[in-house]
Amino acid sequence: MNISDIINPANLVYQKTKVMNDTPMHYCPGCSHGVVHKLIGEIIEEMDIQDKTIGIAPVGCAVLAYNFIDIDWQQAAHGRAPALATAVKRLLPDRYVFTYQGDGDLAAIGTAETIHACNRGENITIIFINNGIYGMTGGQMAPTTLKGMKSSTSPHGREVPINGYPLNISNLLAQMEGVCYVTRQSVHTMGSVRKAKKAIQKGFENSMLNKGTSIIEIVSTCSAGWKMTPAESNNWMVENMFPEYPMGDLKNI
Amino acid sequence: MNQHKKEITLLKGNEAVAHAAIRCGCDGYFGYPITPQSEILETLTELEPWKTTGMVVLQAESEVASINMVYGAAGCGKRAMTTSSSPGISLMLEGISYLAGAQLPCVIVNVMRGGPGLGTIQPSQADYFQAVKGGGHGDYKMITLAPASVQEMADFTVLAFDLAFKYLTPTMILADGIIGQMMEKVVLPPYQPRRTEDEIKKECPWATLGKPADRKPNVINSLRLEAADMEKLNLLLQSRYREIEKEEVRFEEFDCEDADYIIVAFGICARICQKTVQLARAEGIKVGLIRPITLFPFPTKQINRYADRVKGMLTVEMNAGQMVEDVRLAVNGKTIVEYYGRMGGIVPAPDEVLIALKTKFSNIES
Amino acid sequence: MIEEIIISGFGGQGVLSMGKILAYSGLMQGQEVSWMPSYGPEQRGGTANVTVILSDERISSPVLNAYNTAIVLNQPSLDRFEKLVKPGGTLIFDGNGLRKLPTRTDINIYRIDATEYAYANNAAKIMNMIILGGLLKVRPIVKIENVLKGLKKSLPSRHHHLLPLNEKAIYTGMDLIKKIN
Repeated sequence: MNISDIINPANLVYQKTKVMNDTPMHYCPGCSHGVVHKLIGEIIEEMDIQDKTIGIAPVGCAVLAYNFIDIDWQQAAHGRAPALATAVKRLLPDRYVFTYQGDGDLAAIGTAETIHACNRGENITIIFINNGIYGMTGGQMAPTTLKGMKSSTSPHGREVPINGYPLNISNLLAQMEGVCYVTRQSVHTMGSVRKAKKAIQKGFENSMLNKGTSIIEIVSTCSAGWKMTPAESNNWMVENMFPEYPMGDLKNI
Repeated sequence: MNQHKKEITLLKGNEAVAHAAIRCGCDGYFGYPITPQSEILETLTELEPWKTTGMVVLQAESEVASINMVYGAAGCGKRAMTTSSSPGISLMLEGISYLAGAQLPCVIVNVMRGGPGLGTIQPSQADYFQAVKGGGHGDYKMITLAPASVQEMADFTVLAFDLAFKYLTPTMILADGIIGQMMEKVVLPPYQPRRTEDEIKKECPWATLGKPADRKPNVINSLRLEAADMEKLNLLLQSRYREIEKEEVRFEEFDCEDADYIIVAFGICARICQKTVQLARAEGIKVGLIRPITLFPFPTKQINRYADRVKGMLTVEMNAGQMVEDVRLAVNGKTIVEYYGRMGGIVPAPDEVLIALKTKFSNIES
Repeated sequence: MIEEIIISGFGGQGVLSMGKILAYSGLMQGQEVSWMPSYGPEQRGGTANVTVILSDERISSPVLNAYNTAIVLNQPSLDRFEKLVKPGGTLIFDGNGLRKLPTRTDINIYRIDATEYAYANNAAKIMNMIILGGLLKVRPIVKIENVLKGLKKSLPSRHHHLLPLNEKAIYTGMDLIKKIN
């Protein structure tokens, strides 16, 4: 068997989705963003909605998401993605509108926009990447940073009397009447990737059913910010993040 | 000829904005209540245009959310607007800078009240600098229209959308509490249908309406990580501002041809000073008035034209003296430019301005 | 012809709506009009005022500090606006609760005890129409038919059955007003 036999299309077992382009990703090794991007691209291709989807990019590591996924995008000011998505969906109700936000974007500076979009039950999908840290700006403390967790602005570990508690925003959002679906997923194993994909697809589908807002939280790693190898990050996430942010559906109606 | 009957109604300036927005095919209004402009959102929700033209009206959770909703809507090529008053506009400045950077057209109305801080709900013109000198971060400008009547509140709502789309820039209507709250006769603009999606695709090929197979993704964005790219965007914006300065200056003159003294005033102050001109001329003092209608672009050349011919100019402003700087730049030292104004929500009266004129130019003879 | 009017009183006395009816009346007879209120918390209990201008020509300043006619419905309003009536102009006051009456001799001063009448006749809601009637008796700047037309235009149709009551109030005001100097 020579090499051309191996790359024969008949032997194809996996192909990158066409919705993802070939731009080299800027994400660090071990980062969860790339996997989540790929899942979004696959879902858009499989649902055949490339011409009906508008993504809202955040400020944070995913600020350049529009460089990798070939759909129409708007890049929002820090935290304001749900406000943009609200207007886009209200004016184009037959489009799939999703935001892609990190924990600082969604749960700190954009808390008001997040809560009020959910409270109005906007028919949008919110993809929420929670890695407990500000990756883009160099590893500062996030609202979701765990107690005792070190960051560049909590170098001795997050201290509750000074910095308060890790903010479990998905639990909050699940209480809201405008929200139809809240789930917490991860992408660190093959099984978890498959489950996360189903969850994101459900979020996209919900947005056309007039049921309200869907939130898919992906508990993620930031090996650069956490100062660990990718493998160490995955283990650390399972041991430390999952107890604070447990996997599974918080709401599904 | 349009077939619409010219219907004269009596409306508050704020109400006129709401009616004009619906009539000119606005797609989306996003706003947050604040005195003295809440009648705009109140009128829109009373009129329920979503049942007629399909216009979306949404009370947002804050001014920050409002302006970002405008960004989202404008990014889809839609005619979007927001309205607020001074403290609310301060909150919007981040979003306005993003809109300018992303070259998005939209209309923002500021019905100014006194500041700084929470200030007063009484009328003011203290946001002149904020509107015409940038306000938010980065080198950007907004076309800024200063209405002086309820009629202009309606007319400029239509004009502002046209200019915003012509130059792909946020456009501001800089009004004040009096113009917003007072009632005058107004002829509302004729109804124009909202644009269809096909029309938007044609006019705004950059709009994010969903990527068809035959074009590249559209991205609404103000981020340029490479300095060279960022400078390129800046140069593009600046060249557009130069074009606006060349093409879009609007102003009005009263009794300037034989004037010894010229008052320069905008918005409600221009109305007040029209009466001052009448009072002065009744006393034999030759006073004229220039009213800048566009504050950016500023009628620099038009003011300069009189610099050699008058004994002095006086700006009258409801602030601590802001436009006076632009008038001084316009005359470039050729004549004396004085300022008279009131602050904190106090409105100068016509005779008060005349006394100020006589005091500032003590050599005045009737 | 230009008529520059200030109407001032407590919030709730119908000051702003009286001004609005006047402005609508001017509109009905084809005049230029402006209606400029004081706005804000004073609408809800403090002293409120409104400047109304009716003119045959384009109105320059809607902001004035001298008036042809002042209608003052409480002491603070009288204290503030008596001195701003142009010589030869008209001052109309409601005597209710006044401790200090107007003193100028170079203007025409009229008293209309509309508040007292309104309380006695359980007619608080039409008090401002009574005062408007008084104004029209001494300053017939708009025709009563145009007032009624204006009223119809400014009132929601669910209130249109009240129009005859308002018309009657105008005539009541015409009877009540008295010149005092």
